[in-house]
Amino acid sequence: MAKIVASVNCSHVPAIGAAWDLGKTEQPYWQPVFKGFEYSKKWIADLKPDVVILVYNDHASAFSLEVIPTFALGTGAEFKPADEGWGPRPVPTVYGHPKLASHIAQSVILDEFDLTLVNKMDVDHGLTVPLTLMFGQPEEWPCKVIPLAVNVVQYPPPTGNRCYNLGKAIKKAVEEYPEDLRVVIFGTGGMSHQLQGKRAGLINKEWDNNFLDLLTHEPDKAAKIPFIEYVRETGSEGIEMVMWLVSRGALEDKVREKHRYYHVPASNTALGHLILENESFKG
Amino acid sequence: MSEANPFDDIPGTTLFDANKSREGYHLNMFCMSIGNADNRDEFKKDERTYLDRYPMTEEQRECVLKRDALRLIEIGGNIYFLAKLFYADGRAMRSVCAGMAGMTDKQYEEMMLSGGRSPDGNRSKSEWA
Repeated sequence: MAKIVASVNCSHVPAIGAAWDLGKTEQPYWQPVFKGFEYSKKWIADLKPDVVILVYNDHASAFSLEVIPTFALGTGAEFKPADEGWGPRPVPTVYGHPKLASHIAQSVILDEFDLTLVNKMDVDHGLTVPLTLMFGQPEEWPCKVIPLAVNVVQYPPPTGNRCYNLGKAIKKAVEEYPEDLRVVIFGTGGMSHQLQGKRAGLINKEWDNNFLDLLTHEPDKAAKIPFIEYVRETGSEGIEMVMWLVSRGALEDKVREKHRYYHVPASNTALGHLILENESFKG
Repeated sequence: MSEANPFDDIPGTTLFDANKSREGYHLNMFCMSIGNADNRDEFKKDERTYLDRYPMTEEQRECVLKRDALRLIEIGGNIYFLAKLFYADGRAMRSVCAGMAGMTDKQYEEMMLSGGRSPDGNRSKSEWA
């Protein structure tokens, strides 16, 4: 059967993608950002997932204000890097896994999570920056990627608890899939940042690090954090962290923390990164 | 509602909810349009004429022409849509954020390099009074 064995959480700051694409990874400003992923690249190269389920948000690339889906699962065969106003990032096309994605859709909708299904969409930095951080710059991405876009642009986004429970439903769905597939789930975005108004530049190290602890050891508690607390404590864009709860819900209750990294700043944002493995996973 | 809405208590922050989205729909859809290179060129040639195609308010048009990010956020603009306007000018998001916060690029950069804006004193409007 298929099995989600681990999760990867990381920020998806667009400037990180630009720094990579422009060859600035060794510059003093960016070097500490990329250093945080040295272990991670080796870890995922050894793990060799067949499929990544990548939870991210679109930033006015595939979805304008015409249609605002709360959860949109990519069931298509391929997803092109989006042109975000300066041409698409020079990264490979993302190939999906339509069969597994359709199975997940079928299962979680019957579990009462009413997903929007998307067969055609371009994917922006929210999805491609985490792939770059984990896989570098291959000719082709080394695995299939199923995008799961979460609305965090127009408030309210789904609650952390809803995201956590969706993760649990995805876990169940994947485990019902008959083919042997090793799956890793990415939860991306965050950590604290605010990109608007007079409070722009807000960073909350203490809150962020507490969130990393809760997510690892007490996810039920992390799931109960209300929307308003994310905004007040971590900035209007810190709310992206609810997406980390989808990935956490998709793991077992007991996990091993394999890697953690935190660095300020990456542009306007606190960069956070966490890798968790199911305790039962033997590698 | 009988109680004060806690969403209204965050200082220096406009929450882009369904109501703001309605207020800013045409403004944001204009921004979306200039994500396309041909539209961007056309906008750059004659900004005023291009903006007149979108049934936004006159204040929204004026603020686009003035690139007043702070006010645009208050009157329905969403930062991810507005980003397309500022990227078209070659501005980085860090610089746009500095402007909204009333800081120079250098002041803002120094703040970020020293750990960012602290949440202390910035959690509630009562702390800004």
